[in-house]
Amino acid sequence: MNGAAVSCLALEGVSKRFGSLSVLEDVSFAIGAGERCGIIGPNGAGKSTLFNIIAGELPLTRGSVRFFGGDMTRKSAHARARAGLARTFQTTTLFPKLSVIENIVLALQAHSAERFHLLAPRSRYHSRDREARALLERVGLASREAEPVDALGYGEKRQVEILLALAQKPKLLLLDEPTAGLAPADASLVTEMLKRERGGVTMVLIEHDMGVVFGVVERLIVLHHGRVVADGTVEAIRGDANVQDIYLGGKL
Amino acid sequence: MTAQRRWLIAAAAGFVVALLLPRLGVPTFYVSLLTQAWIYAIVAMSLDLLVGFTGLVNFSQAALFGVGAYAVAIAATRFHVVDFFPVVCIGIIAAVVTAAIFGLVALRSEGVGFIIITIALNEIVWGLAYQWVSVSGGDNGITGIVRPPVGPFDVSANTGYYYVCLAFFVISLVLLSIVVRSPFGLVLKGVRETPRRMRALGYNVWLYRYLAMMISAGFAGLAGVLFAWYNQFVGPNSLSLDQSTQILIMVILGGIGTLYGQLFGALVVVFLSNELSAVTQRWETVLGVVYFVVVMYAPGGLVALVPRLWARLRGLRPAVERT
Repeated sequence: MNGAAVSCLALEGVSKRFGSLSVLEDVSFAIGAGERCGIIGPNGAGKSTLFNIIAGELPLTRGSVRFFGGDMTRKSAHARARAGLARTFQTTTLFPKLSVIENIVLALQAHSAERFHLLAPRSRYHSRDREARALLERVGLASREAEPVDALGYGEKRQVEILLALAQKPKLLLLDEPTAGLAPADASLVTEMLKRERGGVTMVLIEHDMGVVFGVVERLIVLHHGRVVADGTVEAIRGDANVQDIYLGGKL
Repeated sequence: MTAQRRWLIAAAAGFVVALLLPRLGVPTFYVSLLTQAWIYAIVAMSLDLLVGFTGLVNFSQAALFGVGAYAVAIAATRFHVVDFFPVVCIGIIAAVVTAAIFGLVALRSEGVGFIIITIALNEIVWGLAYQWVSVSGGDNGITGIVRPPVGPFDVSANTGYYYVCLAFFVISLVLLSIVVRSPFGLVLKGVRETPRRMRALGYNVWLYRYLAMMISAGFAGLAGVLFAWYNQFVGPNSLSLDQSTQILIMVILGGIGTLYGQLFGALVVVFLSNELSAVTQRWETVLGVVYFVVVMYAPGGLVALVPRLWARLRGLRPAVERT
Protein backbone atom coordinates (compact mmCIF):
# COMPACT_ATOMS: atom_id res chain seq x y z
CA MET A 1 0.00 0.00 0.00
CA ASN A 2 3.06 2.26 0.37
CA GLY A 3 1.32 4.34 2.99
CA ALA A 4 -1.44 5.28 0.60
CA ALA A 5 -4.97 5.51 1.99
CA VAL A 6 -6.60 2.11 2.50
CA SER A 7 -9.44 1.76 0.03
CA CYS A 8 -13.00 1.64 1.29
CA LEU A 9 -13.92 -1.42 -0.75
CA ALA A 10 -11.47 -3.74 -2.47
CA LEU A 11 -12.36 -6.79 -4.55
CA GLU A 12 -9.67 -9.14 -5.68
CA GLY A 13 -10.13 -11.91 -8.22
CA VAL A 14 -13.81 -12.34 -7.37
CA SER A 15 -15.40 -15.18 -9.33
CA LYS A 16 -18.84 -16.70 -8.99
CA ARG A 17 -20.15 -19.84 -10.60
CA PHE A 18 -23.61 -21.34 -10.40
CA GLY A 19 -22.83 -24.92 -11.41
CA SER A 20 -21.13 -24.70 -14.76
CA LEU A 21 -22.42 -21.17 -15.40
CA SER A 22 -19.78 -18.54 -14.73
CA VAL A 23 -21.48 -15.32 -13.65
CA LEU A 24 -18.46 -13.36 -12.49
CA GLU A 25 -14.92 -13.92 -13.70
CA ASP A 26 -11.90 -12.50 -11.90
CA VAL A 27 -13.44 -9.15 -10.94
CA SER A 28 -10.98 -6.82 -9.21
CA PHE A 29 -11.31 -3.17 -8.33
CA ALA A 30 -10.75 -0.83 -5.40
CA ILE A 31 -12.91 2.11 -4.43
CA GLY A 32 -11.44 4.88 -2.30
CA ALA A 33 -13.20 6.51 0.63
CA GLY A 34 -15.62 9.20 -0.51
CA GLU A 35 -15.57 8.04 -4.11
CA ARG A 36 -18.83 7.69 -6.06
CA CYS A 37 -18.70 4.90 -8.53
CA GLY A 38 -21.26 3.54 -10.98
CA ILE A 39 -21.39 -0.04 -12.19
CA ILE A 40 -23.01 -0.39 -15.59
CA GLY A 41 -23.41 -3.19 -18.07
CA PRO A 42 -26.12 -4.92 -20.06
CA ASN A 43 -28.69 -7.18 -18.39
CA GLY A 44 -27.09 -10.41 -17.24
CA ALA A 45 -23.65 -8.83 -16.90
CA GLY A 46 -23.54 -9.92 -13.25
CA LYS A 47 -24.11 -6.55 -11.55
CA SER A 48 -26.70 -7.69 -9.00
CA THR A 49 -24.74 -10.89 -8.29
CA LEU A 50 -21.72 -8.72 -7.60
CA PHE A 51 -23.74 -6.62 -5.13
CA ASN A 52 -25.04 -9.72 -3.38
CA ILE A 53 -21.48 -10.95 -3.00
CA ILE A 54 -20.22 -7.62 -1.65
CA ALA A 55 -23.15 -7.49 0.80
CA GLY A 56 -22.56 -11.06 1.97
CA GLU A 57 -25.84 -12.55 0.74
CA LEU A 58 -24.10 -14.91 -1.67
CA PRO A 59 -20.89 -16.83 -1.07
CA LEU A 60 -18.25 -16.35 -3.74
CA THR A 61 -16.42 -19.12 -5.56
CA ARG A 62 -12.98 -17.47 -5.55
CA GLY A 63 -11.41 -14.21 -4.52
CA SER A 64 -11.67 -11.82 -1.61
CA VAL A 65 -13.72 -8.83 -0.44
CA ARG A 66 -12.20 -6.26 1.89
CA PHE A 67 -13.68 -3.20 3.63
CA PHE A 68 -11.17 -0.63 4.89
CA GLY A 69 -8.45 -3.25 4.69
CA GLY A 70 -10.32 -5.83 6.80
CA ASP A 71 -11.09 -9.17 5.21
CA MET A 72 -14.86 -9.62 4.90
CA THR A 73 -14.90 -12.55 2.48
CA ARG A 74 -16.43 -15.01 4.93
CA LYS A 75 -18.44 -12.56 7.05
CA SER A 76 -22.26 -12.73 7.26
CA ALA A 77 -24.48 -10.06 5.75
CA HIS A 78 -25.32 -8.60 9.16
CA ALA A 79 -21.66 -8.47 10.20
CA ARG A 80 -20.89 -6.48 7.06
CA ALA A 81 -23.74 -4.09 7.81
CA ARG A 82 -22.29 -3.71 11.30
CA ALA A 83 -18.93 -2.84 9.70
CA GLY A 84 -20.53 0.11 7.90
CA LEU A 85 -22.08 -1.28 4.74
CA ALA A 86 -25.64 -0.41 3.70
CA ARG A 87 -27.49 -1.45 0.59
CA THR A 88 -30.77 -0.92 -1.21
CA PHE A 89 -32.54 -3.49 -3.34
CA GLN A 90 -33.57 -3.46 -6.96
CA THR A 91 -37.05 -4.64 -5.99
CA THR A 92 -38.31 -2.62 -3.03
CA THR A 93 -37.54 -4.55 0.15
CA LEU A 94 -39.26 -2.80 3.05
CA PHE A 95 -41.44 -3.95 5.95
CA PRO A 96 -44.85 -3.61 4.26
CA LYS A 97 -47.16 -3.93 7.27
CA LEU A 98 -45.09 -1.76 9.60
CA SER A 99 -45.65 1.98 9.66
CA VAL A 100 -43.38 4.34 7.76
CA ILE A 101 -41.75 5.56 10.97
CA GLU A 102 -41.27 2.01 12.27
CA ASN A 103 -39.43 1.16 9.07
CA ILE A 104 -37.01 4.03 9.65
CA VAL A 105 -36.65 3.27 13.37
CA LEU A 106 -35.63 -0.32 12.56
CA ALA A 107 -32.76 1.06 10.51
CA LEU A 108 -31.83 3.66 13.14
CA GLN A 109 -31.75 1.28 16.11
CA ALA A 110 -29.89 -1.50 14.26
CA HIS A 111 -26.55 -0.69 15.84
CA SER A 112 -27.87 0.45 19.22
CA ALA A 113 -28.23 -1.63 22.38
CA GLU A 114 -31.82 -0.40 22.33
CA ARG A 115 -32.70 -3.24 19.95
CA PHE A 116 -32.53 -5.63 22.89
CA HIS A 117 -34.75 -3.52 25.20
CA LEU A 118 -37.89 -5.53 25.77
CA LEU A 119 -39.48 -4.25 28.93
CA ALA A 120 -40.34 -0.70 27.89
CA PRO A 121 -42.78 0.23 25.13
CA ARG A 122 -41.36 2.03 22.12
CA SER A 123 -43.59 5.01 22.83
CA ARG A 124 -41.04 5.99 25.51
CA TYR A 125 -38.25 6.37 22.96
CA HIS A 126 -39.06 9.95 21.92
CA SER A 127 -35.60 10.93 20.71
CA ARG A 128 -35.48 7.93 18.36
CA ASP A 129 -38.83 8.97 16.88
CA ARG A 130 -37.61 12.56 16.49
CA GLU A 131 -34.55 11.30 14.64
CA ALA A 132 -36.75 9.21 12.31
CA ARG A 133 -39.09 12.16 11.71
CA ALA A 134 -36.16 14.41 10.77
CA LEU A 135 -35.15 11.88 8.13
CA LEU A 136 -38.72 11.60 6.82
CA GLU A 137 -38.95 15.39 6.56
CA ARG A 138 -36.07 15.34 4.10
CA VAL A 139 -38.28 13.50 1.61
CA GLY A 140 -41.53 15.16 2.64
CA LEU A 141 -43.07 12.03 4.17
CA ALA A 142 -43.23 13.17 7.80
CA SER A 143 -46.98 13.67 7.63
CA ARG A 144 -47.47 10.02 6.64
CA GLU A 145 -45.34 8.44 9.36
CA ALA A 146 -48.21 6.47 10.90
CA GLU A 147 -49.37 4.84 7.68
CA PRO A 148 -48.23 1.36 6.77
CA VAL A 149 -45.41 1.53 4.24
CA ASP A 150 -47.59 -0.49 1.87
CA ALA A 151 -49.96 2.48 1.56
CA LEU A 152 -47.26 4.68 0.02
CA GLY A 153 -46.96 5.19 -3.71
CA TYR A 154 -44.24 3.40 -5.63
CA GLY A 155 -42.04 6.49 -5.94
CA GLU A 156 -42.36 7.16 -2.21
CA LYS A 157 -41.43 3.56 -1.40
CA ARG A 158 -38.31 3.90 -3.52
CA GLN A 159 -37.36 6.97 -1.49
CA VAL A 160 -37.96 5.12 1.79
CA GLU A 161 -35.85 2.27 0.39
CA ILE A 162 -32.91 4.68 0.16
CA LEU A 163 -33.81 6.43 3.41
CA LEU A 164 -33.45 3.17 5.32
CA ALA A 165 -29.93 2.72 3.99
CA LEU A 166 -29.04 6.33 4.85
CA ALA A 167 -30.46 5.88 8.34
CA GLN A 168 -27.82 3.20 8.91
CA LYS A 169 -25.22 6.01 8.64
CA PRO A 170 -23.11 3.86 6.34
CA LYS A 171 -19.51 4.38 5.32
CA LEU A 172 -20.18 2.47 2.12
CA LEU A 173 -23.53 2.61 0.35
CA LEU A 174 -24.54 0.16 -2.39
CA LEU A 175 -27.53 1.28 -4.47
CA ASP A 176 -29.08 -1.32 -6.74
CA GLU A 177 -31.00 0.53 -9.47
CA PRO A 178 -32.53 3.16 -7.19
CA THR A 179 -34.72 4.57 -9.97
CA ALA A 180 -35.87 1.22 -11.41
CA GLY A 181 -39.43 1.51 -12.66
CA LEU A 182 -39.83 5.17 -11.69
CA ALA A 183 -41.52 7.83 -13.80
CA PRO A 184 -39.04 10.56 -14.88
CA ALA A 185 -40.31 13.04 -12.27
CA ASP A 186 -39.86 10.55 -9.43
CA ALA A 187 -36.51 9.46 -10.83
CA SER A 188 -35.23 13.00 -10.69
CA LEU A 189 -36.42 13.28 -7.06
CA VAL A 190 -34.29 10.26 -6.25
CA THR A 191 -31.35 11.70 -8.18
CA GLU A 192 -31.60 14.94 -6.23
CA MET A 193 -31.72 12.92 -3.01
CA LEU A 194 -28.53 11.08 -3.94
CA LYS A 195 -26.75 14.28 -4.99
CA ARG A 196 -27.47 15.76 -1.58
CA GLU A 197 -25.79 12.77 0.04
CA ARG A 198 -22.60 13.20 -1.90
CA GLY A 199 -20.57 14.54 0.98
CA GLY A 200 -18.69 11.84 2.82
CA VAL A 201 -20.33 8.53 2.08
CA THR A 202 -18.74 6.22 -0.46
CA MET A 203 -21.31 5.20 -3.04
CA VAL A 204 -21.50 2.34 -5.49
CA LEU A 205 -24.44 2.58 -7.85
CA ILE A 206 -25.94 0.12 -10.32
CA GLU A 207 -28.14 2.01 -12.74
CA HIS A 208 -29.48 1.80 -16.25
CA ASP A 209 -30.69 5.39 -16.40
CA MET A 210 -27.67 7.31 -17.69
CA GLY A 211 -29.16 10.60 -16.54
CA VAL A 212 -28.92 9.35 -12.97
CA VAL A 213 -25.49 7.84 -13.49
CA PHE A 214 -23.94 10.98 -14.95
CA GLY A 215 -25.60 13.18 -12.36
CA VAL A 216 -24.33 11.26 -9.36
CA VAL A 217 -21.09 9.38 -10.02
CA GLU A 218 -17.62 10.40 -11.12
CA ARG A 219 -16.24 6.98 -12.00
CA LEU A 220 -17.65 4.08 -14.01
CA ILE A 221 -16.90 0.38 -14.05
CA VAL A 222 -18.32 -1.52 -17.01
CA LEU A 223 -19.20 -5.19 -16.58
CA HIS A 224 -19.80 -7.48 -19.53
CA HIS A 225 -20.28 -11.24 -19.32
CA GLY A 226 -19.04 -11.17 -15.74
CA ARG A 227 -15.79 -9.35 -16.48
CA VAL A 228 -14.62 -5.79 -15.96
CA VAL A 229 -14.17 -4.45 -19.49
CA ALA A 230 -13.59 -0.81 -18.62
CA ASP A 231 -12.89 1.24 -15.51
CA GLY A 232 -12.32 4.99 -15.54
CA THR A 233 -13.76 8.48 -15.18
CA VAL A 234 -17.18 9.14 -16.61
CA GLU A 235 -15.63 11.20 -19.41
CA ALA A 236 -13.18 8.47 -20.34
CA ILE A 237 -15.88 5.80 -20.44
CA ARG A 238 -18.17 7.98 -22.50
CA GLY A 239 -15.44 8.28 -25.10
CA ASP A 240 -14.50 4.61 -25.03
CA ALA A 241 -15.41 3.10 -28.39
CA ASN A 242 -15.36 -0.46 -27.05
CA VAL A 243 -17.85 0.38 -24.29
CA GLN A 244 -20.09 2.16 -26.75
CA ASP A 245 -20.10 -0.94 -28.87
CA ILE A 246 -21.04 -3.44 -26.18
CA TYR A 247 -23.36 -1.43 -24.00
CA LEU A 248 -24.23 2.05 -24.95
CA GLY A 249 -24.86 1.21 -28.57
CA GLY A 250 -23.14 4.41 -29.63
CA LYS A 251 -26.02 6.47 -28.29
CA LEU A 252 -23.93 8.75 -26.11
CA MET B 1 -56.43 7.59 21.61
CA THR B 2 -60.14 7.05 22.17
CA ALA B 3 -59.84 3.57 20.69
CA GLN B 4 -57.07 2.86 23.17
CA ARG B 5 -59.21 4.13 26.04
CA ARG B 6 -62.15 2.03 24.87
CA TRP B 7 -59.93 -1.05 24.93
CA LEU B 8 -58.67 -0.23 28.42
CA ILE B 9 -62.24 0.12 29.70
CA ALA B 10 -63.26 -3.16 28.06
CA ALA B 11 -60.22 -4.93 29.53
CA ALA B 12 -60.87 -3.51 33.00
CA ALA B 13 -64.55 -4.51 32.82
CA GLY B 14 -63.60 -8.00 31.69
CA PHE B 15 -61.14 -8.28 34.55
CA VAL B 16 -63.77 -7.24 37.13
CA VAL B 17 -66.23 -9.79 35.72
CA ALA B 18 -63.51 -12.45 35.85
CA LEU B 19 -62.81 -11.55 39.49
CA LEU B 20 -66.49 -11.75 40.44
CA LEU B 21 -67.52 -14.87 38.49
CA PRO B 22 -66.70 -17.49 41.16
CA ARG B 23 -68.57 -15.33 43.72
CA LEU B 24 -71.70 -15.06 41.58
CA GLY B 25 -72.80 -18.62 42.11
CA VAL B 26 -71.32 -19.94 38.88
CA PRO B 27 -71.20 -23.74 39.21
CA THR B 28 -67.82 -25.20 40.20
CA PHE B 29 -67.67 -27.05 36.90
CA TYR B 30 -67.61 -23.77 34.98
CA VAL B 31 -65.13 -22.18 37.38
CA SER B 32 -62.91 -25.14 36.62
CA LEU B 33 -63.34 -24.73 32.85
CA LEU B 34 -62.55 -21.03 33.12
CA THR B 35 -59.39 -21.90 35.05
CA GLN B 36 -58.42 -24.19 32.21
CA ALA B 37 -59.09 -21.35 29.75
CA TRP B 38 -56.74 -18.97 31.65
CA ILE B 39 -54.01 -21.63 31.47
CA TYR B 40 -54.51 -22.37 27.78
CA ALA B 41 -54.68 -18.66 27.04
CA ILE B 42 -51.17 -18.26 28.50
CA VAL B 43 -49.69 -20.97 26.30
CA ALA B 44 -51.64 -19.73 23.27
CA MET B 45 -50.25 -16.21 23.82
CA SER B 46 -46.76 -17.66 24.10
CA LEU B 47 -47.26 -19.32 20.71
CA ASP B 48 -48.68 -16.09 19.27
CA LEU B 49 -45.38 -14.37 20.10
CA LEU B 50 -43.77 -16.78 17.62
CA VAL B 51 -46.52 -17.19 15.01
CA GLY B 52 -47.97 -13.69 15.01
CA PHE B 53 -44.98 -11.52 15.87
CA THR B 54 -41.85 -13.40 14.74
CA GLY B 55 -43.24 -15.40 11.82
CA LEU B 56 -42.29 -18.82 13.21
CA VAL B 57 -45.00 -21.51 13.08
CA ASN B 58 -43.87 -23.69 15.96
CA PHE B 59 -45.48 -27.09 16.42
CA SER B 60 -43.40 -27.96 19.49
CA GLN B 61 -45.22 -25.64 21.89
CA ALA B 62 -46.98 -28.57 23.60
CA ALA B 63 -43.60 -30.17 24.31
CA LEU B 64 -42.50 -27.00 26.13
CA PHE B 65 -45.84 -26.81 27.93
CA GLY B 66 -45.47 -30.49 28.87
CA VAL B 67 -41.89 -30.06 30.05
CA GLY B 68 -43.18 -27.40 32.47
CA ALA B 69 -45.90 -29.79 33.65
CA TYR B 70 -43.57 -32.76 34.07
CA ALA B 71 -41.07 -30.52 35.89
CA VAL B 72 -43.69 -30.01 38.63
CA ALA B 73 -44.31 -33.74 38.97
CA ILE B 74 -40.67 -34.78 38.85
CA ALA B 75 -39.57 -32.00 41.22
CA ALA B 76 -42.17 -33.18 43.72
CA THR B 77 -41.74 -36.96 43.43
CA ARG B 78 -37.97 -37.11 42.97
CA PHE B 79 -36.56 -34.05 44.68
CA HIS B 80 -39.32 -33.15 47.15
CA VAL B 81 -39.43 -29.58 45.86
CA VAL B 82 -43.07 -28.61 46.26
CA ASP B 83 -43.12 -24.92 47.24
CA PHE B 84 -45.04 -22.67 44.90
CA PHE B 85 -42.48 -20.15 43.64
CA PRO B 86 -39.47 -22.51 43.42
CA VAL B 87 -41.56 -24.95 41.37
CA VAL B 88 -42.80 -22.17 39.05
CA CYS B 89 -39.16 -21.15 38.48
CA ILE B 90 -38.07 -24.74 37.83
CA GLY B 91 -40.87 -25.26 35.31
CA ILE B 92 -40.04 -22.04 33.46
CA ILE B 93 -36.31 -22.79 33.41
CA ALA B 94 -36.87 -26.37 32.22
CA ALA B 95 -38.99 -25.14 29.30
CA VAL B 96 -36.52 -22.38 28.37
CA VAL B 97 -33.59 -24.83 28.39
CA THR B 98 -35.59 -27.23 26.21
CA ALA B 99 -36.38 -24.41 23.79
CA ALA B 100 -32.71 -23.44 23.71
CA ILE B 101 -31.95 -26.96 22.44
CA PHE B 102 -34.97 -26.99 20.08
CA GLY B 103 -33.89 -23.66 18.63
CA LEU B 104 -30.40 -24.89 17.80
CA VAL B 105 -31.93 -27.70 15.74
CA ALA B 106 -35.06 -26.09 14.26
CA LEU B 107 -33.64 -22.67 13.36
CA ARG B 108 -31.21 -24.24 10.92
CA SER B 109 -34.09 -23.97 8.49
CA GLU B 110 -37.09 -21.70 7.99
CA GLY B 111 -40.64 -21.87 6.66
CA VAL B 112 -41.95 -25.37 6.02
CA GLY B 113 -38.64 -26.95 7.10
CA PHE B 114 -38.97 -25.26 10.48
CA ILE B 115 -42.52 -26.60 10.88
CA ILE B 116 -41.48 -30.18 10.08
CA ILE B 117 -38.52 -30.08 12.46
CA THR B 118 -40.66 -28.74 15.31
CA ILE B 119 -43.21 -31.52 14.69
CA ALA B 120 -40.39 -34.05 14.95
CA LEU B 121 -39.05 -32.46 18.14
CA ASN B 122 -42.49 -32.56 19.71
CA GLU B 123 -42.79 -36.25 18.85
CA ILE B 124 -39.38 -36.96 20.38
CA VAL B 125 -40.37 -35.37 23.68
CA TRP B 126 -43.72 -37.15 23.61
CA GLY B 127 -41.87 -40.43 22.98
CA LEU B 128 -39.66 -39.77 25.97
CA ALA B 129 -42.65 -39.07 28.20
CA TYR B 130 -44.44 -42.16 26.92
CA GLN B 131 -41.57 -44.62 27.12
CA TRP B 132 -39.11 -43.43 29.76
CA VAL B 133 -41.27 -45.04 32.40
CA SER B 134 -38.79 -44.77 35.29
CA VAL B 135 -38.82 -40.97 35.06
CA SER B 136 -42.20 -40.08 33.55
CA GLY B 137 -44.38 -42.97 34.63
CA GLY B 138 -45.03 -43.77 30.97
CA ASP B 139 -48.63 -43.91 29.84
CA ASN B 140 -49.83 -43.84 33.45
CA GLY B 141 -48.17 -40.49 34.01
CA ILE B 142 -47.48 -39.13 37.47
CA THR B 143 -50.31 -38.71 39.96
CA GLY B 144 -50.62 -37.22 43.39
CA ILE B 145 -49.46 -33.70 42.60
CA VAL B 146 -50.64 -31.34 45.33
CA ARG B 147 -51.37 -27.64 44.82
CA PRO B 148 -49.06 -25.83 47.24
CA PRO B 149 -50.14 -22.69 49.10
CA VAL B 150 -49.15 -19.33 47.59
CA GLY B 151 -47.51 -17.57 50.53
CA PRO B 152 -50.22 -17.46 53.21
CA PHE B 153 -53.08 -18.39 50.82
CA ASP B 154 -54.43 -21.91 50.55
CA VAL B 155 -55.34 -22.46 46.88
CA SER B 156 -56.03 -26.16 46.97
CA ALA B 157 -59.74 -25.58 46.33
CA ASN B 158 -60.92 -24.80 42.79
CA THR B 159 -61.99 -21.23 43.54
CA GLY B 160 -58.64 -20.32 45.07
CA TYR B 161 -56.78 -21.90 42.19
CA TYR B 162 -58.98 -20.01 39.73
CA TYR B 163 -57.55 -16.74 41.07
CA VAL B 164 -53.97 -18.02 40.83
CA CYS B 165 -54.41 -18.83 37.15
CA LEU B 166 -56.27 -15.58 36.46
CA ALA B 167 -53.41 -13.63 38.07
CA PHE B 168 -50.78 -15.39 35.97
CA PHE B 169 -52.84 -14.85 32.84
CA VAL B 170 -53.05 -11.11 33.50
CA ILE B 171 -49.32 -10.89 34.31
CA SER B 172 -48.45 -12.81 31.14
CA LEU B 173 -50.74 -10.66 28.99
CA VAL B 174 -49.25 -7.45 30.38
CA LEU B 175 -45.64 -8.66 30.02
CA LEU B 176 -46.11 -9.97 26.49
CA SER B 177 -48.00 -6.83 25.47
CA ILE B 178 -45.02 -4.75 26.61
CA VAL B 179 -42.54 -7.03 24.84
CA VAL B 180 -44.33 -6.79 21.48
CA ARG B 181 -44.48 -2.99 21.80
CA SER B 182 -40.83 -2.65 22.82
CA PRO B 183 -37.89 -1.91 20.50
CA PHE B 184 -37.11 -5.64 20.70
CA GLY B 185 -40.70 -6.40 19.67
CA LEU B 186 -40.29 -4.12 16.66
CA VAL B 187 -37.21 -6.15 15.70
CA LEU B 188 -39.30 -9.35 15.90
CA LYS B 189 -41.93 -7.82 13.60
CA GLY B 190 -39.17 -6.82 11.19
CA VAL B 191 -37.91 -10.40 11.22
CA ARG B 192 -41.46 -11.59 10.53
CA GLU B 193 -41.95 -9.16 7.63
CA THR B 194 -38.66 -9.13 5.72
CA PRO B 195 -35.73 -11.13 7.13
CA ARG B 196 -33.58 -10.22 4.13
CA ARG B 197 -33.80 -6.50 4.82
CA MET B 198 -33.18 -7.10 8.52
CA ARG B 199 -29.87 -8.78 7.67
CA ALA B 200 -28.97 -5.90 5.38
CA LEU B 201 -29.67 -3.50 8.26
CA GLY B 202 -27.25 -5.42 10.48
CA TYR B 203 -29.62 -7.59 12.54
CA ASN B 204 -28.62 -11.16 13.29
CA VAL B 205 -31.95 -12.69 12.29
CA TRP B 206 -31.11 -16.10 13.75
CA LEU B 207 -30.38 -14.63 17.17
CA TYR B 208 -33.74 -12.81 17.42
CA ARG B 209 -35.67 -15.92 16.40
CA TYR B 210 -33.72 -17.88 18.99
CA LEU B 211 -34.41 -15.33 21.74
CA ALA B 212 -38.09 -15.23 20.79
CA MET B 213 -38.30 -19.01 21.08
CA MET B 214 -36.84 -18.92 24.58
CA ILE B 215 -39.05 -16.06 25.79
CA SER B 216 -42.07 -17.87 24.39
CA ALA B 217 -40.98 -21.10 26.08
CA GLY B 218 -40.86 -19.34 29.46
CA PHE B 219 -44.57 -18.58 29.24
CA ALA B 220 -45.39 -22.03 27.82
CA GLY B 221 -43.52 -23.61 30.75
CA LEU B 222 -45.40 -21.42 33.22
CA ALA B 223 -48.71 -22.56 31.71
CA GLY B 224 -47.52 -26.18 31.94
CA VAL B 225 -46.78 -25.79 35.66
CA LEU B 226 -50.25 -24.36 36.25
CA PHE B 227 -51.76 -27.19 34.18
CA ALA B 228 -50.04 -29.87 36.28
CA TRP B 229 -51.42 -28.36 39.48
CA TYR B 230 -54.82 -27.89 37.86
CA ASN B 231 -55.14 -31.59 36.94
CA GLN B 232 -53.05 -32.78 39.90
CA PHE B 233 -51.76 -35.24 37.34
CA VAL B 234 -49.35 -35.24 34.40
CA GLY B 235 -49.53 -37.63 31.45
CA PRO B 236 -48.09 -37.84 27.94
CA ASN B 237 -51.30 -36.38 26.45
CA SER B 238 -50.37 -32.97 27.83
CA LEU B 239 -47.44 -32.80 25.38
CA SER B 240 -48.82 -34.64 22.38
CA LEU B 241 -48.80 -33.25 18.86
CA ASP B 242 -52.60 -33.02 19.17
CA GLN B 243 -52.05 -30.61 22.02
CA SER B 244 -49.66 -28.53 19.86
CA THR B 245 -52.27 -28.40 17.12
CA GLN B 246 -54.96 -27.41 19.59
CA ILE B 247 -52.83 -24.54 20.90
CA LEU B 248 -52.26 -23.36 17.32
CA ILE B 249 -56.01 -23.55 16.67
CA MET B 250 -56.60 -21.30 19.69
CA VAL B 251 -54.14 -18.79 18.23
CA ILE B 252 -55.83 -18.85 14.82
CA LEU B 253 -59.37 -18.73 16.25
CA GLY B 254 -58.59 -15.87 18.61
CA GLY B 255 -56.70 -13.81 16.05
CA ILE B 256 -53.06 -14.17 15.09
CA GLY B 257 -50.88 -11.34 16.34
CA THR B 258 -53.37 -9.96 18.85
CA LEU B 259 -52.26 -11.63 22.15
CA TYR B 260 -55.53 -10.81 24.00
CA GLY B 261 -57.42 -12.64 21.27
CA GLN B 262 -55.87 -15.89 22.47
CA LEU B 263 -58.10 -15.74 25.53
CA PHE B 264 -61.15 -15.98 23.28
CA GLY B 265 -59.54 -18.76 21.28
CA ALA B 266 -58.88 -20.67 24.50
CA LEU B 267 -62.39 -20.04 25.86
CA VAL B 268 -64.04 -21.29 22.67
CA VAL B 269 -61.91 -24.43 22.42
CA VAL B 270 -62.17 -25.33 26.12
CA PHE B 271 -65.92 -24.71 26.40
CA LEU B 272 -66.92 -26.17 23.05
CA SER B 273 -64.89 -29.35 23.51
CA ASN B 274 -66.34 -29.88 26.98
CA GLU B 275 -69.94 -28.97 26.20
CA LEU B 276 -70.04 -30.79 22.85
CA SER B 277 -68.48 -33.97 24.20
CA ALA B 278 -71.35 -34.13 26.70
CA VAL B 279 -73.89 -33.93 23.87
CA THR B 280 -72.47 -36.03 21.07
CA GLN B 281 -69.76 -38.54 20.40
CA ARG B 282 -69.08 -36.71 17.13
CA TRP B 283 -68.00 -33.58 18.99
CA GLU B 284 -64.62 -33.44 17.26
CA THR B 285 -66.33 -33.30 13.87
CA VAL B 286 -68.53 -30.43 15.07
CA LEU B 287 -65.44 -28.61 16.38
CA GLY B 288 -63.79 -29.06 13.01
CA VAL B 289 -66.74 -27.42 11.29
CA VAL B 290 -66.67 -24.52 13.75
CA TYR B 291 -62.95 -23.94 13.11
CA PHE B 292 -63.58 -24.07 9.39
CA VAL B 293 -66.37 -21.51 9.56
CA VAL B 294 -64.29 -19.12 11.67
CA VAL B 295 -61.27 -19.33 9.38
CA MET B 296 -63.45 -18.86 6.28
CA TYR B 297 -65.65 -16.02 7.53
CA ALA B 298 -63.48 -14.32 10.13
CA PRO B 299 -59.95 -14.70 8.78
CA GLY B 300 -58.60 -12.24 11.36
CA GLY B 301 -59.96 -14.44 14.14
CA LEU B 302 -62.81 -13.87 16.57
CA VAL B 303 -61.52 -10.53 17.84
CA ALA B 304 -61.49 -9.15 14.30
CA LEU B 305 -65.26 -9.58 14.31
CA VAL B 306 -65.72 -7.05 17.12
CA PRO B 307 -64.54 -3.92 15.27
CA ARG B 308 -66.38 -5.11 12.16
CA LEU B 309 -69.68 -5.54 14.03
CA TRP B 310 -69.07 -2.25 15.84
CA ALA B 311 -68.54 -0.45 12.54
CA ARG B 312 -71.70 -2.01 11.14
CA LEU B 313 -73.70 -0.90 14.18
CA ARG B 314 -72.36 2.65 13.90
CA GLY B 315 -72.99 2.62 10.20
CA LEU B 316 -76.65 1.79 10.83
CA ARG B 317 -77.24 4.31 13.57
CA PRO B 318 -77.26 7.56 11.54
CA ALA B 319 -79.58 5.92 9.03
CA VAL B 320 -81.98 5.10 11.83
CA GLU B 321 -81.83 8.64 13.25
CA ARG B 322 -82.58 10.17 9.90
CA THR B 323 -85.90 8.38 9.53
